[in-house]
Amino acid sequence: MNEQTKTHAIDPHLVERREVLDISREDICIEVQALDLYYGQSQALKQITMSIPRNRVTAYIGPSGCGKSTLLRCFNRMNDLVDGVRIEGSIRLDGDDIYSRSTNVADLRRRVGMVFQKPNPFPKSIYENVAYGLRLQGVTSRRTLDEVVERSLRGAALWDEVKDRLHESAMGLSGGQQQRLVIARAIAIEPEVILLDEPASALDPISTLKIEELIYELKSKYTIVIVTHNMQQAARVSDYTAFMYLGELIEFGDTNTIFTNPTQKMTEDYITGRYG
Amino acid sequence: MDKNSISQHISRQYNTELEDIRNKVMSMGGLVEQQVADAVRSLVEGDERLADVVVNNDYKVNAMEVAIDEECNVILARRQPTAGDLRLLVAVIKTITDLERIGDEAERIARMAMHISDKSQVDRFHGRIEHLGELAGKMLKGSLNTFARMDAEMAVEVWREDLKLDKEYDGIMRQLITLMMEDNRSIPSALDTMWAARSLERIGDRARNICEYVIYLVRGKDVRHTSLEQMEAEARSKPSS
Repeated sequence: MNEQTKTHAIDPHLVERREVLDISREDICIEVQALDLYYGQSQALKQITMSIPRNRVTAYIGPSGCGKSTLLRCFNRMNDLVDGVRIEGSIRLDGDDIYSRSTNVADLRRRVGMVFQKPNPFPKSIYENVAYGLRLQGVTSRRTLDEVVERSLRGAALWDEVKDRLHESAMGLSGGQQQRLVIARAIAIEPEVILLDEPASALDPISTLKIEELIYELKSKYTIVIVTHNMQQAARVSDYTAFMYLGELIEFGDTNTIFTNPTQKMTEDYITGRYG
Repeated sequence: MDKNSISQHISRQYNTELEDIRNKVMSMGGLVEQQVADAVRSLVEGDERLADVVVNNDYKVNAMEVAIDEECNVILARRQPTAGDLRLLVAVIKTITDLERIGDEAERIARMAMHISDKSQVDRFHGRIEHLGELAGKMLKGSLNTFARMDAEMAVEVWREDLKLDKEYDGIMRQLITLMMEDNRSIPSALDTMWAARSLERIGDRARNICEYVIYLVRGKDVRHTSLEQMEAEARSKPSS
């Protein structure tokens, strides 16, 4: 195994290839430039450079500890909350450096919503879960709230299942429903980007497929970035796939290409189950 | 697996992809059918212009095979199809290979029509070649219909047609051999005719293969290289999901 890993030296031409996504400037939503991230002494991300296209689904795959969740959390500065984190390089959202001093982090997180592995609804009613973000922004109009709650629940493909019990506790929903509720809560405040960190790993296969179908529908309005352990899920839902290994971006490209004919041997070995 | 189950996935995109593949196979089939019909007509009517059209259209058939194959690869890689969906893709990949080969046979017949040296000798066989062409065309159409309807029992019926085609082919062979023995100046054109007949016979065999893939697709049973009786039994068996 170790010997094999040694042969996976990174191709010197890789840096060029990383950026060769066939998209125009204005189609780039998030642009990562030479990003390094350190947790204390250990470097978790090494010179990541890539462009995430707008209104598309971009998936990160790679073995545990490869840095994909760390990178995802950089996009809405969730890593700020971790002690001893140091970040170099830049991440631009629509051209604005999100790590510049002028960035309002609360505002950034409104623009870049996040959904985690385990559904985390608030111990409130279904309605209040979705209305939460708006209330926080000071919206009090009942009509506006009603409208947004319905639109968001419909957007998350949950409306038909919960419309008759909006004021019951969200904790009574199934895992798959809770996850869709969390997505509804994320889209209620109309973000530009939705980050999904293993959104279906705690769900059964059918709920997983429903979440995937939802992701497919959401991409017409949002840019979606998803981290998944399940490569098949990346294959099913994403337009672009990035393969990471030991903190480096090994390959990034069109999902069809990555899963039928990747350019890097490491990618091929990982997606075919030869190591990882 | 029945026809409607294709469009019942939770992922609507997946439904669309599978439907799209099926439609493309049907249009490839339609094109190949036209090629065979035109090739036979160019041969019996000695229409070199039509023969030229057939030869020039073969690239379209080839391009469709490549495009459908590519699409199947992407679905296999991205959707990991199982059960009926998997059988559908396997059946499609095999079917288009046979369709492409049928297209090649049509091209071969058209080339024969362009080059046949002594038309008068072959005139005597027009009727029989035409009949053989009709049988082959009918089988091809039948196999495509079975594929479109995913009908295993109909597949057996079409398969059986090949026996008639083989018999007709044997008849033509015997007649050509007699002709060549009687008059050795007729050998070059008789050989051309023989190759054309051979191509039509092969088209029947390939249409028969498509019928076998349909039975595999619908019933989940591989009936290649079995007897007709066994195939009938499988085709009538309980539908597989």
